[in-house]
Amino acid sequence: MGKVHVPKPSLPPPSNSIGAIAWAKKHLFSTPLNSVLTIIGMYLVVTMGYWTINWAFINADWVGDSREACTSSGACWVFVSARFNQFIYGFYPESEIWRVNLMFAIFTVLLLALVIEKTPKKPWIAAFTLVVFPIIAFFLLYGDAFGLERVETHKWGGLMLTLVLAVVGIVASLPIGVLLALGRRSNMPIIKNLCVVYIEFWRGVPLITVLFMASVMLPLFMHAGAETDKLIRAMIGIVLFQAAYMAEVVRGGLQAIPKGQFEAADALGLNYPKTMGLIILPQALKLMTPGIVNTFIALFKDTSLVLIIGLFDLLAIVQSALADPKWLGYSVEGYVFVAFMFWIFCFGMSKYSQHLEKKLNTGHR
Amino acid sequence: MTTTPMPSNDNQVMIELKNVNKWYGAFHVLKDINLTVRKGERIVICGPSGSGKSTMIRCINRLEEHQKGDIIVDKVPLTNDLKNIESVRREVGMVFQHFNLFPHLTVLQNCTLAPIWVRKTSQKDAEANAMRFLERVKIPQQALKYPGQLSGGQQQRVAIARSLCMNPQVMLFDEPTSALDPEMIKEVLDVMIELAEEGMTMLCVTHEMGFAKTVADRVIFMDGGEIIEENNPHEFFDNPQSERTQEFLSQILNH
Repeated sequence: MGKVHVPKPSLPPPSNSIGAIAWAKKHLFSTPLNSVLTIIGMYLVVTMGYWTINWAFINADWVGDSREACTSSGACWVFVSARFNQFIYGFYPESEIWRVNLMFAIFTVLLLALVIEKTPKKPWIAAFTLVVFPIIAFFLLYGDAFGLERVETHKWGGLMLTLVLAVVGIVASLPIGVLLALGRRSNMPIIKNLCVVYIEFWRGVPLITVLFMASVMLPLFMHAGAETDKLIRAMIGIVLFQAAYMAEVVRGGLQAIPKGQFEAADALGLNYPKTMGLIILPQALKLMTPGIVNTFIALFKDTSLVLIIGLFDLLAIVQSALADPKWLGYSVEGYVFVAFMFWIFCFGMSKYSQHLEKKLNTGHR
Repeated sequence: MTTTPMPSNDNQVMIELKNVNKWYGAFHVLKDINLTVRKGERIVICGPSGSGKSTMIRCINRLEEHQKGDIIVDKVPLTNDLKNIESVRREVGMVFQHFNLFPHLTVLQNCTLAPIWVRKTSQKDAEANAMRFLERVKIPQQALKYPGQLSGGQQQRVAIARSLCMNPQVMLFDEPTSALDPEMIKEVLDVMIELAEEGMTMLCVTHEMGFAKTVADRVIFMDGGEIIEENNPHEFFDNPQSERTQEFLSQILNH
């Protein structure tokens, strides 16, 4: 009786389980087979890495303005640098390129302001970005007002076109997708069925078909003169198509929200829009971040399909440059450049989504 | 301690259920329920699981829809009219078994959300009010934490404070302690007892018979979708009338 319980102290872990050597032993050389595999793997990584670095950097040619500048055995980046302006701006008139740059500069500043945590008045900046900025961007790029020369959309191209398509697609498809997902879960049969039909229709056709329809078929059905711009038609096609995918991602997130959250909101007297806007969507969008960003990335890469209807996005314009007799034989450099540009943007989105997930995690569940 | 107002002195009817019937598909969950609750009354509802007790109180704020009969809350009949439903929900607070706090909002935001968006209170007033209620449930120091950082008992007290912030006329409790660890049940019951002593009209589905004995004006026993017995707690526990009630009480009291 009366025995006092003394809690046992916590001890550090045994020394052979920590440190770099212990880690390597456990993960790389635990058995003879694993040791052999590790050595083979290391050999492959080192030789391929060595070859790649040699090709891309050490033995590469960087400066010059024709293929004569490429004398060494490595990559000929002269091909990219000589046509850099075309890859970025397409056939946009050289004297007007400042307008594209200005548009992207404004966009970058707005994005940074939205991404950086401590920016004041974020809702206003977001509203400006979504409502006012597109108008500014349109007049900057297209012109034909405020004394700016008109630049027809068939002159747009390269990375600029890719970004315009991707940004419009991303910004427009998310809200439409959210509305479709809410509609599909609605209790009202007409709304619900309309949304189901819409989603299943657009998910059932390939994007290429949609783009073909938009560029070839649609004008046949319209009066001559009522013809809309080809780029606008492609944009609308991409947005309608991606919205259906987005809707399904959002629906997945909505379904993961426990019923109790709806009941608690109801019990407090919140109506449907407030319940959705304040309680359900903030939680659902957080759960859906990986899925949404996944769709964004897919969308970004899918924009290169517009080459099929004769729009020159980044990939198309590099491909057409490869056909130039002056630069025959540099396709590897061209495609590596395209891949690298796509990768930068997609990787950026992926990183930001990971950051967002961490930030939004309030440690529930 | 505040004085306990006698419900019999105040005959204002708060909630009235008349011949309420409800079906889940073909399953008849509520059979001809008649119940009148006066202002300030504290009612404990017990019964075996599946007896319809949760369904009944969830009908009172229209989380469940009844198919026959009338439910009138503070003179407002519950029909399909959204306006009526919203006005009833503003006056009726509810506490759930699983708390149902909003995990993406802090404790304080959980408490101020409905006052700001439904009652149109200014943020400053809503926060001051919320802090008062958080003090009453004894967790003002947790106001800036998220629900996921609190224990079950603390979460349930936040849920009670969140309901109280809407200044409800009636509070519904749907098994508020059933999901809690034993050592946390008391802190929640203490808050509920205090609330009862202040004269709040309460309907409480619970198996805490000690709580029923301390605060209830009436205990209602339900089984198979019907109200089998209704009595003051003293009579209910010491002198149960129906055989079914006796059986139920012997099962939950003697173990």
